[in-house]
Amino acid sequence: MLAEIGYGILVVAFFVALYSVGAAVYGERTKSASLVESARRAMLLIWPLITLSAGTLIYLLITNHFEVSFVYEVTSREMPTYLKVTAWWGGQAGSLVFWSWLMSAFAALVTLRKWDRDREFLPWVIVVTSLTTAFFLGLVVFYENPFARYWQTVDGQIITSMLAPLNTVAFFPSDGRGLNPLLRHPGMIIHPPMLYLGFVSFVIPYAFAMAALITGRTDDRWIRLTRRWTLWAWLFLSFGLVLGSRWAYDVLGWGGFWGWDPVEIAALMPWLTGTAFLHSVMIQEKRGLLKQWNMILIILTYALVIFGTFLTRSGVLSSVHAFAQSAIGPAFFVFIGVTFVSSIALLIYRWPELRGETELNSLLSREALFLLNNLLFISVLVVCFWGVIFPLISELVTGQKVTVGPPFYDRATAPLFATLMLLMGVAPLSAWGHSTVKTLGRALWKSTLVALFVTTIIFFTYTKNAIALIGFFLVALVLLVTFQEFWRASRARMKAQNENFITALLTLISRNRRRYGGYIIHVSMMLMAVGILGINIFQIQTQGTLPVNGSVKLGDYTVKYESIAQFNGPDNRQVTRAVVGVYDRNGSYLGELHPRIDYYPDAQQNMTIPGERATLQDDLYVLLVDWQPASANGATFKVFVNPLVNWLWIGAFVFLFGILVAAWPEREAEYVPERSRRAHQTSAAD
Amino acid sequence: MGRMKFVIGGVLILAAVVYLIFSSTQANAEYFMTINELKAKSQSVIGKNLRVSGAVVGDTIQYDPQTLTLSFEVAHVTGDNNEVAAQGGLAAVLHAAVIDPNRARIKVVYTGPKPDLLKNEAQAIMTGQLGADGIFHVDELLLKCPTKYQEAVPQQVGG
Repeated sequence: MLAEIGYGILVVAFFVALYSVGAAVYGERTKSASLVESARRAMLLIWPLITLSAGTLIYLLITNHFEVSFVYEVTSREMPTYLKVTAWWGGQAGSLVFWSWLMSAFAALVTLRKWDRDREFLPWVIVVTSLTTAFFLGLVVFYENPFARYWQTVDGQIITSMLAPLNTVAFFPSDGRGLNPLLRHPGMIIHPPMLYLGFVSFVIPYAFAMAALITGRTDDRWIRLTRRWTLWAWLFLSFGLVLGSRWAYDVLGWGGFWGWDPVEIAALMPWLTGTAFLHSVMIQEKRGLLKQWNMILIILTYALVIFGTFLTRSGVLSSVHAFAQSAIGPAFFVFIGVTFVSSIALLIYRWPELRGETELNSLLSREALFLLNNLLFISVLVVCFWGVIFPLISELVTGQKVTVGPPFYDRATAPLFATLMLLMGVAPLSAWGHSTVKTLGRALWKSTLVALFVTTIIFFTYTKNAIALIGFFLVALVLLVTFQEFWRASRARMKAQNENFITALLTLISRNRRRYGGYIIHVSMMLMAVGILGINIFQIQTQGTLPVNGSVKLGDYTVKYESIAQFNGPDNRQVTRAVVGVYDRNGSYLGELHPRIDYYPDAQQNMTIPGERATLQDDLYVLLVDWQPASANGATFKVFVNPLVNWLWIGAFVFLFGILVAAWPEREAEYVPERSRRAHQTSAAD
Repeated sequence: MGRMKFVIGGVLILAAVVYLIFSSTQANAEYFMTINELKAKSQSVIGKNLRVSGAVVGDTIQYDPQTLTLSFEVAHVTGDNNEVAAQGGLAAVLHAAVIDPNRARIKVVYTGPKPDLLKNEAQAIMTGQLGADGIFHVDELLLKCPTKYQEAVPQQVGG
């Protein structure tokens, strides 16, 4: 009964979404404000509807209704209740409902804002968001129904269907298969929602962009309206990526955090275009340039968001030739194709109106460097895209399927990322409008000298690896330039306003939050770069089978196997936990680690959880590889030392702080016509 | 003049990116092969980076925890998705491959921790090189167990 209700509500929500699309279009065409208002109310109704349906699904999940096939697939009796709730997004059908739920929430939020200045956008924003919601609801209603149940025919066959087929009886499995143990980690519980939040919130700026194209109101109003949405979208997406990396590091047990898996790349691609978009909208706001380009970026981001949802949700990990296995694949491709082609057609239609108001004329001006930054992000995107589609192309051309692995991505993207780092060092010092080598050089030489000095010290004390040295030089340069910018501007305030340093710094940041938030983000990127350079270049590892009290040395650490125990953990997993002592170079005791293997009987699967000892200098990462109760051989361990890797996670927190500084809501400024405001700006730095 | 600078700059960037992509592709290409193809072309692909997929034959799994040396045999499965679907899905195809004694098989060796998912009738996706001895030396081992997570219908539980 409940399953029918849940499904019925979804069907209703689907038609409400379609109605709101239709009413918005028709209302706009016939200039009927009441019809548009009706479309808006319909749209506001979708979220409560999906919430109700999702509530039903969660109830089925936590009450072990295994006759519902989705419940059977993602839960089991042994799972604790909170995991049963999060199993909502642990499988494809449920996560599509989750996606629609978030989408409708954001659509409702955006509809509740004040629209008086932007009436003409409203119907089209409704159309885009409701259409997107309707697409995902349609997938759930027609292809991936989380409420479908099991039925048994007379000859014992089991059929999955929503309504009882003829001559069948309901089939009740006694227990479910349980959530994939890999997904039971806290990182994995919040990682998908974060990623989805990022994906979904990028739909909002896209909807406004489309509204701007359709209505012909092609000034930068749509960008100003969605600036904060874009930042929040970027925050969620970035954090989703970081959480995913942390999860991989903690759970997958291969000592790394990023493997250039197609699914990771699928989540990275909209991040790349989104990051480019964040930067290039500033040029449109300041200089009236790159309007066409911004449209292209947001259209690409939207297409990649949908594509990313498809790849991350199709359940076909690590295999590029598996698109066909999912029933929803063709639907996704049609939807992406149709939205992409119609967006591009609209863009071409408005192309002449989106010409720049000024011209780029200095290669080293701030706007030219921003453009270069954009091109670099797009280049990384092209590398990623090439890597993902290369097997298909090569098969078409040569008949032989050829793929490229992580070394391809590392090699092709490293120079691009290095150039991006250099830009982070140079661009903040260049002026809008016009810069020359001379003006830039004057601003840059001190930091460059100090960075070279730091690099020399690193050369003599830490490493002679050329790539690492280039990396550390760039990190030092960007940090110095950024701190110099904070220092210079605070000093100016201290003198002009007679403030102390702290007040000056804080006022400075709060007066220009996007700019200084951005600089904080640059700093965080440098910290992350240190971590990435550390683990990628300096990681060392060893492995061995140790008797009790035996030890193995790696780097400055000695790891001693002390004891092992087996016991039952929560949710019925069988835990094999080793205790190893850690000693430093001089033999002083540093503490103990507990690498373990968890066996999940419901899923018949092991999870290898490392013992980690984190310091700013490095991470000692110990895996329990093998231990047989019967054998007297002792236990086998694999040990990694990952130098500097914790700066990656520290950087992630600084990053979060930086975005919060940039994105925290402030009162919307009074509306000043943009063109007149721009006319007052000179080409000097803002 | 102003435009020209940007055009030249753009062309230079484009050339650099194209160069990066092509040189990296060439240096790191991995050839997808089924085990039948690997057997047929064994001489010409020795030492090249290959990506081979097959069904793990459970009886042949041997693991030496002292040296972390893992060896097992994989049986040929088709690389064509339509064929897989026609033969009843991945689980059925893997099962058929393992029980068929006439299927082409290849011995693989991998050094490292024994993966949690390695078991009979798992799908192994392996990246590595074929040695002159006919053994496939695996650098990277991915495993999928379709019976566990992709099975459409519950069979192991009673009604």
